[in-house]
Formats: sequence, C-alpha cells, structure tokens
Amino acid sequence: MAVSETASKGETILEVENLVKHFPIRQGILFKKKIGDVKAVDGVSFELRKGETLGIVGESGCGKSTVAKLLMRLETPTAGRAKLHGRDIYKMGGSELRRLRRNVQMVMQDPYTSLNPRMTVGDIIGEPYEIHTDVAPKGDRQRRVQELLELVGLNPEHINRYPHQFSGGQRQRIGIARALALRPEVIVCDEPVSALDVSIQAQVINLLEKLQDEFGLSYIFIAHDLSVVRHISDRVGVMYLGKIVEIGTEDEIYSRPTHPYTQALLSAVPVPDPEARAHREVIRLEGDVPSPANPPSGCRFRTRCWKAQERCVTEEPLLILRPAADNHLSACHFAEQRHVVA
Amino acid sequence: MTGPQTDFPAARASTPRLLEVDDLYVEFHTRDGIAKVINGVSYHLDPGETLAVLGESGSGKSVTAQTIMGILDIPPGKVTGGRILYQDRDLLKMSKEERRQIRGQEIAMIFQDALSALNPVFTVGNQISETLRKRKGLSKSDATRRAVELMDLVKIPGARARIKDYPHQFSGGMRQRVMIAMALALDPKVLIADEPTTALDVTVQAQIMDLLADLRRDLNMGMILITHDLGVVADVADRIAVMYAGRIVEHADVHALYKKPAHPYTEGLLDSIPRLDSKGAELATIKGLPPNLMKPPTGCAFNPRCKYAKDICVTDVPPLLQLGDGRTSACHFAKELLDGRL
Repeated sequence: MAVSETASKGETILEVENLVKHFPIRQGILFKKKIGDVKAVDGVSFELRKGETLGIVGESGCGKSTVAKLLMRLETPTAGRAKLHGRDIYKMGGSELRRLRRNVQMVMQDPYTSLNPRMTVGDIIGEPYEIHTDVAPKGDRQRRVQELLELVGLNPEHINRYPHQFSGGQRQRIGIARALALRPEVIVCDEPVSALDVSIQAQVINLLEKLQDEFGLSYIFIAHDLSVVRHISDRVGVMYLGKIVEIGTEDEIYSRPTHPYTQALLSAVPVPDPEARAHREVIRLEGDVPSPANPPSGCRFRTRCWKAQERCVTEEPLLILRPAADNHLSACHFAEQRHVVA
Repeated sequence: MTGPQTDFPAARASTPRLLEVDDLYVEFHTRDGIAKVINGVSYHLDPGETLAVLGESGSGKSVTAQTIMGILDIPPGKVTGGRILYQDRDLLKMSKEERRQIRGQEIAMIFQDALSALNPVFTVGNQISETLRKRKGLSKSDATRRAVELMDLVKIPGARARIKDYPHQFSGGMRQRVMIAMALALDPKVLIADEPTTALDVTVQAQIMDLLADLRRDLNMGMILITHDLGVVADVADRIAVMYAGRIVEHADVHALYKKPAHPYTEGLLDSIPRLDSKGAELATIKGLPPNLMKPPTGCAFNPRCKYAKDICVTDVPPLLQLGDGRTSACHFAKELLDGRL
C-alpha cells in the first residue's frame, strides 16, 4: 500500500525544467510542408513538493492543458526535461516507465466523456489493476474497488452500476477513485471541478483536500477559476501564451501580484459581493490573446499591457526574482506590487 | 422604440410591468414519466433594470426564459399553467404570428455558446442584416449599413472590414458580440441573456459584462441575466431570483440577498464558493444532490439537503413568505433564518 518511493513532506519530487512543446502547422496535400509552429508551451519551469498543491491558472490557449499532457507523458516535449525523483521521465522506458505511469495519475475535466459508458464502475476503477497486476492480486480487486468507492464517498454497493446512473459530481468521484487506484504520488487535475454545479463543486474540492492529507498526495491543479485555485493551492503559477509569467505562494500571487497580467486577471474576476462594486479597482484588458503560432516579440503580454515600453518589444523579460516582488518570481521588466483583490 | 411606460420607472403601481411571469408551470413529457420543471414561477422586469435568475443545472432557469421567448420545444415541453404578460398582454394566449412579432422585436435573447448559435456558412454581416431585411424590409445596402452600425455599437473593431468574415474567424468574445449585435438589431425592450459569458475567459467575460451593462443603460432595456455564477450576479444585477427545482426560492434586492440570505439554499450556495480574497478554511457544502424532477421530494423540494429541515418541511410545501421591500422566500423558517434564530 505504501508509496513506492518515499519522500518526506516538503521535499521536491517533480522538477520541470524549460519544458517546450511546439505543434507543427502543415500545409499542402501531397507534400505537407511545415509552415510554422504553434508554440503551446514555450519554456516552462517549476517544481512540485511532496504533499503540496501547485495551481496553474491562465486563459484558454495559454498551454496549461498541454503542460498536463506533457507531465502525463501523453505528449513528447520538443525540448526540456521533467524529473520525478531526479529521473527524467522522457528518458524512461520498460519497467521504469510502468512505474511512472503508476505514480503519476490524472483526473480529467469532463466526467461525462472520460468514463467508458459500456463499463461498470467496478471495471473502470479496477482496470488499472489489470495492467499493474502486481498492485492487487486478482481475488483482492473487488474489495479494493469497494474501498476506493467508499473513500471517495460513493456507495460500495454501486460497484456494478454504469456511469450514466450517476450524476456529474458522482462521476467526478469515480474519476478520482480511478486515479487513486494505484496509489500514485502525483495527481494532475485538469479542470476537475469546472463542469460541476457550485454546490457539488465544493464537495469535490473538499474530497480532493481530504485525500491529499490522508495519502500525502501532490497535486498539479489546473483551472481557470481563480477563486477555486486560491482555495486549494499552496503555490500558484500564472501562464500566458505558453509561459509562466509569475509564480509564488498563494498569498504572494493573490495579495501581492507584481505582473500586470496577473493583476488584470485577478481584477477581472467577479466577486460575490455587491458592495465591492463601487470601490473595486478594475483593470480592463483590451482585445484578445494573440495567436500562439505567432507570439509577440519580447514580452508576450506587451500587446495588451498598459505598462508596455520599447524595452518590452526588444527584450524578453525573464522569470526571475524581482526586487519589487520580494520573494517570488515575476517575468516583467516593470514588476511592481499592486493590490487588486479587495 | 419608446413605449409609454418606459419613461417613468418610478410610477409602478398604475402602469403595466414591462414583463411579468405569473405563476408559470411547465412540464416535460418523457418516456420515463412527467418531469415538472417549472412549478409556479413568478417574476417581473422593469425597463432599465437587470434581474438575475440564479440556479444550478436543472433548476428551470433556462426553461423559463425559453417559455418567455416561445422557443420551448413542444412536445416534450408543455405549459400547464400561468401567464406571461408583456406590457399587459398575455404571450401564452397569442397566435403564432403575434408571438413572432414580439420575438426579436420586443424580446430578444442571447445564448451561451455563440459558435453554435451562429451559422458557420454565412458571413456575420449577412446574419445580422438578415433580420433587418426580413423583419424591417430594409434594402440590402441599408441593412448592411445598419449591420455595420450595430457592430460598432457592440465595439467590434474594424466593423466595416469584418462584416465579410465568417463566425470561425472571430474569437469567442467577438462572436458573443456578434450575437449581441444580432439581438439588438430590432431594438428590443427586453434582452434575455442565458449564461452569456460562461464559455468565455475571465478577462473577456469582464469585457462582455461591461458591454451588456452599458447597452442596457444606454438603450433603457430590461435585462434578464440567467447565470449560475454568484460573482457575475453581484457585479451587475439589481434584483436576483434564486431558483431551485423549478421554483423561485428567494427573490430579493441584490445587496440584501448577499448581506443576509433568507433561504437555506441561498445561504448554502454563498457559503460553498471559495473566495478570491482569502484562502479560507474547509468549504461548507450543501449535502446530497439536486432532486429528480420526475419524483420530487414531498413538502419543500430542498428539505433532503437542508441542514435546518424540520417535520413541517417534509409535509408542507412552504408558501412564498413576504419579508418586506419586495423580498420573498419560500422557506417555512425564512424569518427565523433572517433573524439568526435558526
């Protein structure tokens, strides 16, 4: 039952270094010529510690789901490394790769399409044991699956039901049970509560937190809902057009943001307090996110930034410690703390 | 476009409401039985104000809007009772042709998914001007000119050039602007927005909500905003109607409702959302699941999930209690809840 490699809380277990994923754009019928690249992820680095939740936020097309796929090794990176316990996951093969697959699991966004409608819940949750036969002996599987169902708050007697007999929130619990089956260390959650109603969302968030405490799990929590991410995350990275523009603890990002994009993003979140309408500071960004096939030179955010100057066009700001951001990383030449959350 | 009553929003008692839904009942007849999706819904709308209808999936918020628009699929839908008064005329008693005159010209609607609401094989200019040609009998060139004006009104940059573009050439936010332009083509007095920003990113959502608020004010329209997002409601609504299982469980001024909810469901919703301004402790949840509308619980539909439920809640359907200032709550213990005595 114990986690295969043991790490004490706070120890770094996953290190991502300069991860890049470009998708080629091809044109032509017979001779498909490469005419460019969609730079979905363009140099992303972060680390994940034992028992911690790293939130990744950003708007559609910023590359956050591609990061998830890369970490799951569902995509091969164009460049860069991701090291789990110091071993590069893209160089793994054979039994080491099988161990990786066990150790890093995923919870998907859509609880309707991510469960096979023709399999019973017991088969869905138990399928990982078919592949990793060493985890649970055959006679033991049903009991394990029932334990998992109970763990995620479902009735163990429903083991023979099909996904359509469950509601959205219950299906997401099934997805979580499946992710837990092999007792992983890292779970990548890609928008796990976005498809759920508000009253159900809180139940699933609480479940994820409970499981984290119980099993010492580390989460990569990808979402576009900034309030949900603050609630669940220890640290948060903000992505824009394939890059992390700012990363720090939950409090640093939300209470003392220094990157203009983080500030604009936070100020755009509607707050459930009508009294705040009058005195909230509002930063409205103009226009849309540029195409990742042809990102702006220098700072990628400069085309929508109110602070943009000549330097932003020519020189790309690095994600480094900035004096104004006392202790966290920010990729802006003119990083400056600004309080935007009331 | 100015009706006699739009000019004096104060004198309400004698003048007819702009729109009034009165004790509406709607059922869906399905293979598995009859689902009672709307069970006595009443609300009203005055010129220049925004009424938010808040609810989770299956609460009946969209079905009410579809019934007002006359776009409810019949069968399986069936209106079994109630009235919908538009300027004192009952829409439900009108002929098809009369309703067609109201639709678009008096009451217009925008939808969540702008991409599937637009026709992919016609240019947006064609789609906006079609309404003008068919309904107002404008010539092709006049209609095109007006379409450009409308696209300017909804702040689509370079409207004159973009009128020849197809929906797929627009970003999500711009597509929603095209939808709004189409809805405004015939100068409606009521605009129903059904989850207009749910599919959009947060910075774009803020742009669209600002645009809708400006248009509502400038054109003195009444707006019904259907949403599940408590943040969006707090930002723009004047009044709010909370729906649960086909009933309005609470109806109040937006400030009053957020300050102190008068229904346990509203209270549960407000407590279960994570906050942007602090990490917060464990989220409060509403236990259980929304009811099956084929066999709703006896008494109050919320009673199986309510933490205050008493015997009377299982036996008696709660009446709509008047709490002053136009505030109502469908809870036996609304007064006690408001006074903090529960």
